[in-house]
Amino acid sequence: MPSLDDFSGLKPAWCPGCGNFGILKTFKDAAVELGLEPHQFTIVSGIGQAAKFPHYLKCNTFNGLHGRSLPVATGITLANHSMLVIDVAGDGDCYGEGGNHLMHTIRRNVNIKLFVHDNQIYGLTKGQASPTSMEGMVTKNQPFGVLSEQFNPMAFAVALDCSFVARGFAGDQEHLKMLIKEAVNHKGFTLVDILQPCVSFNKVNTYEWYRQRVYKLGADYNSENRIAAFEKALEWGDKIPIGIIYRNNRLDFEERIPVIKDEPLVRQPFDISKVEKTLKEFY
Amino acid sequence: MLLPKSIILINYISFRMQCEMNPAKNCDIINFMDYSIKIGGEAGQGIQTIGDTLSLVFSRSGYHVFTHQDYESRIRGGHNYYQVRVSGNPVMAPKEAIDIIVALDAKSIELDTPKLTGIGQIIYDSSALKQRHDGAQFLDIPFTALALEHGGSKIMANTVATGAVLGMLGIGLDVLLGIIKDTFKKKGEEIIKANSSAAMAGHDYAVKQCIKCAFSAAVEGKPKMLIAGNDAIGFGAVASGCKFYSAYPMTPATSIMLYVASKAKEYGIIVEQAEDEIAAINMALGASFAGVRAMTGSSGGGFALMVEGLSLAAMTETPLVIALAQRPGPATGLPTKTEQADLNFALYTSHGEFPRVIFAPGTPEQAFFLTNKAFELSEKYQIPVLILTDQYLADSQWTFDGFDLTKLKYNDYRLRGEAFSSLAEYKRHAFTESGVTPMAVPGDAKHVVVTDSDEHDEEGHLTEDIDLTLKMADKRLFKKMPQIRAEMEPPALYGNANPDIVLVGWGSTCGVIKETVDALSKTKNIAMLHFSEIYPLPSTKKFNYLGLLKNAKTTICIELNATSQFARLLRTEAGYTFNRLVNKYDGRPFTVEELTGEINALIG
Repeated sequence: MPSLDDFSGLKPAWCPGCGNFGILKTFKDAAVELGLEPHQFTIVSGIGQAAKFPHYLKCNTFNGLHGRSLPVATGITLANHSMLVIDVAGDGDCYGEGGNHLMHTIRRNVNIKLFVHDNQIYGLTKGQASPTSMEGMVTKNQPFGVLSEQFNPMAFAVALDCSFVARGFAGDQEHLKMLIKEAVNHKGFTLVDILQPCVSFNKVNTYEWYRQRVYKLGADYNSENRIAAFEKALEWGDKIPIGIIYRNNRLDFEERIPVIKDEPLVRQPFDISKVEKTLKEFY
Repeated sequence: MLLPKSIILINYISFRMQCEMNPAKNCDIINFMDYSIKIGGEAGQGIQTIGDTLSLVFSRSGYHVFTHQDYESRIRGGHNYYQVRVSGNPVMAPKEAIDIIVALDAKSIELDTPKLTGIGQIIYDSSALKQRHDGAQFLDIPFTALALEHGGSKIMANTVATGAVLGMLGIGLDVLLGIIKDTFKKKGEEIIKANSSAAMAGHDYAVKQCIKCAFSAAVEGKPKMLIAGNDAIGFGAVASGCKFYSAYPMTPATSIMLYVASKAKEYGIIVEQAEDEIAAINMALGASFAGVRAMTGSSGGGFALMVEGLSLAAMTETPLVIALAQRPGPATGLPTKTEQADLNFALYTSHGEFPRVIFAPGTPEQAFFLTNKAFELSEKYQIPVLILTDQYLADSQWTFDGFDLTKLKYNDYRLRGEAFSSLAEYKRHAFTESGVTPMAVPGDAKHVVVTDSDEHDEEGHLTEDIDLTLKMADKRLFKKMPQIRAEMEPPALYGNANPDIVLVGWGSTCGVIKETVDALSKTKNIAMLHFSEIYPLPSTKKFNYLGLLKNAKTTICIELNATSQFARLLRTEAGYTFNRLVNKYDGRPFTVEELTGEINALIG
């Protein structure tokens, strides 16, 4: 069985008190409880503070470009669907630069576990507004306050019939661990948006701010009702729901590709002897 | 179905007379056939069907064929053409002069009548075009009426026209009837019969009515293979074990994806139509990282979106093959026309410094084998390899006696299964003598595989360390580069080995330059130097091509662009400057007559 020691990586370069530390610890705990070994999964990330995540534990890693982690994760999953593929992104990374890929990865329903560290601000570039920054938030780059409406990833995902939509909070690690495990065990694309305070640049959405607002979805909440889920996804402000907002049983993308029905692509040998027959088709 | 002997005889006599009056024509009895047939009309009228069918009849009859197409960016209407050159000798470029025009629209007649050869004929259907022409070169064939009468549907007017062209050329119907049988196998006997009757009706009509037809076909031979440039790239990818192709449709690159998709089931390939070109290249990199051979392709605009991904391939040392099918720019440019103006883009695009290989095949055969070499080099050195094609090569079909498949290479350079799990440790970017670190398949062993777009250490974790930064740059660039350069084949020489005049080209102009050399070599000491492996520029060890250029009196660099991008490359990399430059940048390919004229004007 794997232990926490199996997952030790480089020393994180995040700011002291960053919400990412809680997510990292929770992720390692979840991996141990899931019985995952480092070589059994691949984390794909882009660029941002969140995207440094895979370097701070131990696993197969493709740390690619800003906004482009989902296409890489898609390629890995299609080439080897026996590999657990996890995507770790930030709100700027995934909802800004990579928004188009998010939409289409949800449509495909590729079996990728996406965790978005959503701190509602750009940390790596020092404090500009992100797509999830609240309207009116003043930054050095938005001196008149954020004018665009806040992006709502939960409503967006439910609208696209995303197969698993959840929100967690970095300050509630037990609950977040449950969400991580549920996502990993779900078949199909999963989006877990994790509210994560940025202690250096976001002076609005602090630990305190979130603690006063978040509440857990109870046992009476039916996460399989899409209309109810959409309503729940619209909640923001004085009360912010955390938990599994929506899930369905859509077939995942890989199941619908006949070529990899029996065997992952990476294990299918190339039979060069077929080429001769193909050549004849040109006569 | 054979033509009456008397007609063949008349054709032959008339050919000889013509031939003797025109010294430019080759009068060798076996090989004298060299006809250009142009099918012109609106998009959606069936130009492609007639052109494709005729080409197939010719190649299966053992003739040499060269076809090219000119179309507009629309699905219906406009004016498009499909030109087929059929000959007893190898042909590899279009001619300006046309022998048979199949005019499906009035514009065809208007545009192409001046291009008719002395024996040229225009066939058209006066009822469809609503106009009548009385000149000796016009032959009114009621395509639609014959289709209705013999096939039962006006859809078969194209089959009538195809049969008619064969009738005019004195080629029998056996091969065409065989093609009809194959094509309509699934649709049943009745459709086959109807189409066959339509073909025969067209053929009979032409044989009887085309009194002035002076064409004569060469002796038939063994069937030849017929293949277009982009199909050859797609086939090359499939034959190289490509398992993953992701792209966004863009003319003229789309047909590569379509070919690979057509083989997905048989070969076990995943073809994914990405949401954009950024996703396309990143998906391909993900698949390659996971352990399969991957490729993407686009035209200039789409490749522009891939540029960041190109440097990601370089930084993470992930093998990737990219087809860049050029079309005239800037921006959307001429979406369906041809140009060679993206060489600089391919050479210098992307941030940072890293090795890349650029191939520019000149023929479908080169396209096939260079695609194979692209996979071989990209896997061996873990680098991006670009294949430059263009609309002209993409859509042109050529005949070949066959491809020598024993020349195909397939070496699996990945660390898989046992080979990986038996290692004591693994570092994805470990320093090695060659600069190449064996690439492992994640999940095949307990070791993890880590890579990063940031500068990284040997394990693949991000670093800003000075020494590591230098060593990693050296590993990627300077250790690999000399080895890659040694893999590059020198340019091909065609013609005189000690030429006074050298015509230099790269990529798709190969055929037309070759024919120009043929046309001029009777009176000039001339040769062609053709580059298909462009970058890194091949060394002169195997063949001192720079010496050949320096010894020549006149060296002319011929490019389908405005700024002589290849000539600049040769000056930058090898310090060689051409005497003369020929540029064409109107979006259309050179014809043999046009280029021969340009060269004659330059050398006097």
